[in-house]
Amino acid sequence: MFDYETLRLIWWALLVFIVCGFAVMDGFDLGIGLLLPFIGKTDEERRVLLNTIGPTWEGNQTWLVTLGGISFGAWSIVYATLFSGLYTGMLVLLFGLILRPVGFDYRSKLTNPQWRSAWDWALFAGGAVPAVVLSLAAGDLMIGLPFYIDADLRSFYTGSFWGLFQPFALLVVVVGVALLALHGAVFLHWRTEGVIAQRARAVIVFSALLFTLSFIGAGVWLAYGLDGYQLSSVVDTHGVNPLLGKTVSKAKGLWLANYGLYPLLWLAPAVAIFGAGVVVILTAKRHTGWAFVMSCLVVIAVIVTAAGSMFPFIMPSSSQPTSSLTVWDASASHYTLKMLLFATVVLMPIVMAYTTWVYRVMRGKVTVTDIKNNSHVLY
Amino acid sequence: MITTTVVELSRLQFALTALYHFLFVPLTLGLSFLLAIMESVYVMSGRPIYKDMTRFWGKLFGINFAMGVTTGITMEFQFGTNWAYYSHYVGDVFGMPLAIEGMMAFFLESTFVGLFFFGWERLSKLQHLSITWLLALGTSLSALWILIANGWMQHPVGAEFNYETMRMELTSFSELFFNPIAQVKFVHTVAAGYVTGSMFVLGISAYYLLRNRDVAFARRSFRIAAGFGLASILSVIVLGDESGYTVGEVQKAKLAAIEAEWETEPAPASFTLIGLPDEDTMTTHYAVTVPWILGMIATRSVDDQLIGIKDILANNRERIKSGMIAYGNLQKLRANKQDGEAQTAFALHKADLGYGLLLKRYTDNVVDASPAQIDDATRHSIPKVAPMFWTFRGMVFCGVLMLFIFTAAFYFNAKRTAHKQRWLLRLAFYGMPLPWIASELGWVVAEYGRQPWTIAGILPTHLSTSSVAPEQLYLSLTGFFLFYTTLLVIELFLMLKYVRLGPSSLHTGQYHFEQLGADHV
Repeated sequence: MFDYETLRLIWWALLVFIVCGFAVMDGFDLGIGLLLPFIGKTDEERRVLLNTIGPTWEGNQTWLVTLGGISFGAWSIVYATLFSGLYTGMLVLLFGLILRPVGFDYRSKLTNPQWRSAWDWALFAGGAVPAVVLSLAAGDLMIGLPFYIDADLRSFYTGSFWGLFQPFALLVVVVGVALLALHGAVFLHWRTEGVIAQRARAVIVFSALLFTLSFIGAGVWLAYGLDGYQLSSVVDTHGVNPLLGKTVSKAKGLWLANYGLYPLLWLAPAVAIFGAGVVVILTAKRHTGWAFVMSCLVVIAVIVTAAGSMFPFIMPSSSQPTSSLTVWDASASHYTLKMLLFATVVLMPIVMAYTTWVYRVMRGKVTVTDIKNNSHVLY
Repeated sequence: MITTTVVELSRLQFALTALYHFLFVPLTLGLSFLLAIMESVYVMSGRPIYKDMTRFWGKLFGINFAMGVTTGITMEFQFGTNWAYYSHYVGDVFGMPLAIEGMMAFFLESTFVGLFFFGWERLSKLQHLSITWLLALGTSLSALWILIANGWMQHPVGAEFNYETMRMELTSFSELFFNPIAQVKFVHTVAAGYVTGSMFVLGISAYYLLRNRDVAFARRSFRIAAGFGLASILSVIVLGDESGYTVGEVQKAKLAAIEAEWETEPAPASFTLIGLPDEDTMTTHYAVTVPWILGMIATRSVDDQLIGIKDILANNRERIKSGMIAYGNLQKLRANKQDGEAQTAFALHKADLGYGLLLKRYTDNVVDASPAQIDDATRHSIPKVAPMFWTFRGMVFCGVLMLFIFTAAFYFNAKRTAHKQRWLLRLAFYGMPLPWIASELGWVVAEYGRQPWTIAGILPTHLSTSSVAPEQLYLSLTGFFLFYTTLLVIELFLMLKYVRLGPSSLHTGQYHFEQLGADHV
């Protein structure tokens, strides 16, 4: 039942699942971070924004930590090659993420306005910087990164930090930032009232439009302008495959090949394209909770669209395609995949159950009055 | 080719970020349990002062916890960014406990920490108490999995090298989990964390008592910290991880270095209390020794022998030579995995492959290494003795001082006169840095003591890094140093402010500054 091929497929799916979990759960935290100066005009309004996510953002961020752990354990060489290759980018990402735990906890512990304003900017950066860097990295992953693997299986990255800013990757940044702003605004609209909810509505309309247009643009580029990758040698999906033992072809349009093989995949881009419009409609009708559910689906659809077109590639190499990391040659050993799967199958449902419970406990809108009445307790 | 600069800078960055991270982790470990104890007393007795205690110490916990999370994210990513070859070579084994840590422990603590702060009004007493206990459980579980990963670096069991994939692969999850080193390290480290939390509460309570304010609050906090602290410091000392140094070659080298045990002595070995270890002549000057003690502490017996440095080096030299054969046959197998002769020879020598890799630092051509290069590799196959000797003694000295403080605190507390012993209160207050000094020194003993390996006997440090340029490392090292130091200054500023305010920061109207009526808050 747990043959090597099946396990690799499951672990690829779990990788996509954890990425989705991170994007859905921490996505609206990042979105709210980057909307902080635009939607929160006064100190109390900004505190309302921060307290809608204050009790839960930390658990959400754990999806990213788990993504790190899972890729380390199940896809070691991907973890090694990606993180060391994007060294400077990772550093920028980290410095962005680092600002959040301290920002949330320290900001409202003093009343000094300069102190609070400085932390507000830090929290803005803590949302905006990861949103940009992660989207940029996603775009570059689809383009392929310039790296090769030597005979000892040591990876060498031959590009530069500034080389990451390619036109297609920059378009993906627009997609990502618009999507996270939308997701954050939808959450705010659901969990706040009055002038804040009103501003969130304006952001929803604008970001939904921007997202839909840029997503379609990126899709057209992917189909006609961007080189995709495809395995051109026969791979033993059950076996131990030497990383450098395959051949890979690279040509325009290949990233759509899977859509021809599995037409059901078209569902993902379809949900992404029409979903944002549905979010706007649900928002206009004040179905705020359903709008949030829809927005989650859009986030998932975007990730599945990208992952689905790249399969079985996880990390294609633009400079030496033979070194590309795929599902069939970059996974952990059979035994490790199996043991880690047992752990995941037991643990993740428990995590999701208590997370749901915590959200239930903390449900309801956060208002300016709440902030005034609990000034010394809240963030 | 990996340059020495890259290796040294990567090590420096790892040490810097790990030592910073470890300023916050022990306090999180200890304080979370103290919060759970205080809140349990509140729920059982129904007395609101214990709730105030939970909330006030919880505020300080929060300030510290944020820094722990901040510096912790770096650690999760740093293996990939800076130790890419390591990540590939051992990720199949080492990545698993980290992945499980995320799912089992980090989710638990970070999901419930929010509810701990914001759930007071929304949860029943018992529900909130459960949250606090789960938070404490989460922090200790987190330490468990991290130390299982770390224990494997010190004593790699349950794994085997696979020449087809050029990496170590897990063969037994239970051996990884029940690694004796990991178990010992876990107990030692979490108990040290409990000591840190206790010392923190004890010292700050002593400060309030010395100032004669919020006395009822401070005395109760002092009492809980004294009891929990004494139990914890006893665990740290009695279950100290010295007993873990008898398993595995590299651990033995660590112990020999700590004790500057140059020669193999007849059992049971004597313990060098103090002296001046001299690396060049391989002797310890002015040594004050206590007969028998070392052998008995380390082996828990009177007839097991402890091996000395000279014999360890001689042994390592043989293993390096055997490792050269393993390496040569590995190259043949990489070229042609059907080569039967190479398979047989490799199987025979593969346990020493790591020792062969030690030569990579001195020559690319491992198979034809010169005797001088073998000498070099042998000499550097164990850590330097003096740093190990002194850091270990520093750690133990801090531990003994704390044992005295907690014993006195417990004794006078039992006599109900602790708050009058001004000398004790001063000692508790000024002793507050002790657990941090001990923890950082302990980290150095364990991790510097593992050199020249990242994975003991398997993978040398100088092969483990990423292929990054020194400029990138200068940038990141400077970045981390400035960023972390700025945040640490801010953290200490906030911490001091809230410590000075004391429970008045809760705005219940019951405490010192609020009673003064002044606008101190």
